[in-house]
Amino acid sequence: MYSVRDVFQGTKEIAGSMAITLKALLTPPLTVEYPEQPIAVYPRFRARHELRLYENGLERCIGCCLCEAACPTGAIHVEAAENDPAHPHSPGERYAKVYEVNLMRCVFCGDCETACPVEAVVLGHDFELAVYSRDGFLLTKEELLHPKTPNVIVRAE
Amino acid sequence: MDWLNLIILPGIKSIVLVLALLGGFAYLTWVERKLIGRFQMRIGPNRAWPFGLGHPIADALKMVFKEEYVPSHVDKALYILAPAMAIVPALVMFAVIPVGPQLNLFGKEIPLVVANVNIGVLWVLAISSVGVYGIILGGWASNNKYSLLGALRTSAQMLSYELPMGVLLIAALLIFGSLNLNEIVTPTIPVPWYMRAWLLLAFPFYFITMLAETSRKPFDFPETENELVAGFQTEYGGIKFALFYMTEYLHILAASGLAVTLFFGGWRGPFVEQIPILGPLYFVGKILALVFLFIWASASVPRPRYDQLLNFCWTFLFPLSLVYMVITAIVVVMTQSG
Repeated sequence: MYSVRDVFQGTKEIAGSMAITLKALLTPPLTVEYPEQPIAVYPRFRARHELRLYENGLERCIGCCLCEAACPTGAIHVEAAENDPAHPHSPGERYAKVYEVNLMRCVFCGDCETACPVEAVVLGHDFELAVYSRDGFLLTKEELLHPKTPNVIVRAE
Repeated sequence: MDWLNLIILPGIKSIVLVLALLGGFAYLTWVERKLIGRFQMRIGPNRAWPFGLGHPIADALKMVFKEEYVPSHVDKALYILAPAMAIVPALVMFAVIPVGPQLNLFGKEIPLVVANVNIGVLWVLAISSVGVYGIILGGWASNNKYSLLGALRTSAQMLSYELPMGVLLIAALLIFGSLNLNEIVTPTIPVPWYMRAWLLLAFPFYFITMLAETSRKPFDFPETENELVAGFQTEYGGIKFALFYMTEYLHILAASGLAVTLFFGGWRGPFVEQIPILGPLYFVGKILALVFLFIWASASVPRPRYDQLLNFCWTFLFPLSLVYMVITAIVVVMTQSG
């Protein structure tokens, strides 16, 4: 049997739960319509690699291979070469002739960023990494130098 | 024989009513998904057409073009018959509910109700009980323990909650003094305001029985996804599943229609005497308000345990409705003799 107190308690609780849902109904939806709207990411969010340039157009990378050594999964492959003094690729003596990142191996730990002495390799904000073939996961130097603008807004930390 | 009044007019009215109900069902699913979404701070369906208005049409097309698959272990005849047995009562239930006042069309007075039956309330109760057969047969013919358990639960739940619902209806009928739903909307002897207020007092309890009778959340025991897969619908797919799904929503519409007629004055509203076409609009508006209440309850209240459901009905709702009916009877007798 139900006591009078049970009935009042139950009524109060149902009214309370319905008030909560009514409050939710009157709040604007929190949904981000992702492909149409950009997603907010934190500034230190780590996604696809980028190779940065100096403002005069020279590559930052000096081909030291420290990122390759620091990489815990062996995702990075660098082959260095001597710069031609007449047409240098980078301000140093050497530059990276081949710079490849295998995204299937990469765990986005950011150790390459930390290891780089000239801040050439950074993990950008572009997280849309899906491709139609396995070859697409092997980023060449050309792709790393010209990253696409990511579909994100950077939020305050 | 009066062909026009006996065959043609009711035929046209039935077709219009069935089309309106089926269209109403399709967009009721849209309203529900949209509202549930907003209750959970989501947007809800919004891919097909603006505001997701194309989703019901896409769903209907998908259901129609699905493969007609009959599992090998079912009782084939009953398995195919069951969805039809469920949907037909749900559709004809609405026939006695007046949706508006008399309409003057082409010099003829046309009452906006398919069948002006003397025992309208009894008709609705009887037909809604027949609707249980479709569900039980569906569960039995599926030859699946989850289906059968779902069907058994449904029958126990519907039969139990029919009692308090019936008793509350008796109280309402005592107040109106008629079983004819047209006379309940436009009573020949005006019902005093305090009796209407007393009747409204019973509405929360009547609404609980409505939730249980239509097996809507939080009383969706026939389906209980986490215990019974999908209850009696487990073995159904394609258009047969769609028919069961339709039945559920048509029950909501019919139950709301009956409640609007009994508790909230049916199609009546301001200026309805001057402009009769407003009647159906008021009626639809009131039904939508009740549907909102249905969806609100389903978004807010969790499902109780099955024994709690029956316990609540037999030890609380049923005695309470009996007491309510006795008090109503005493008051009606005293005011009429005095």
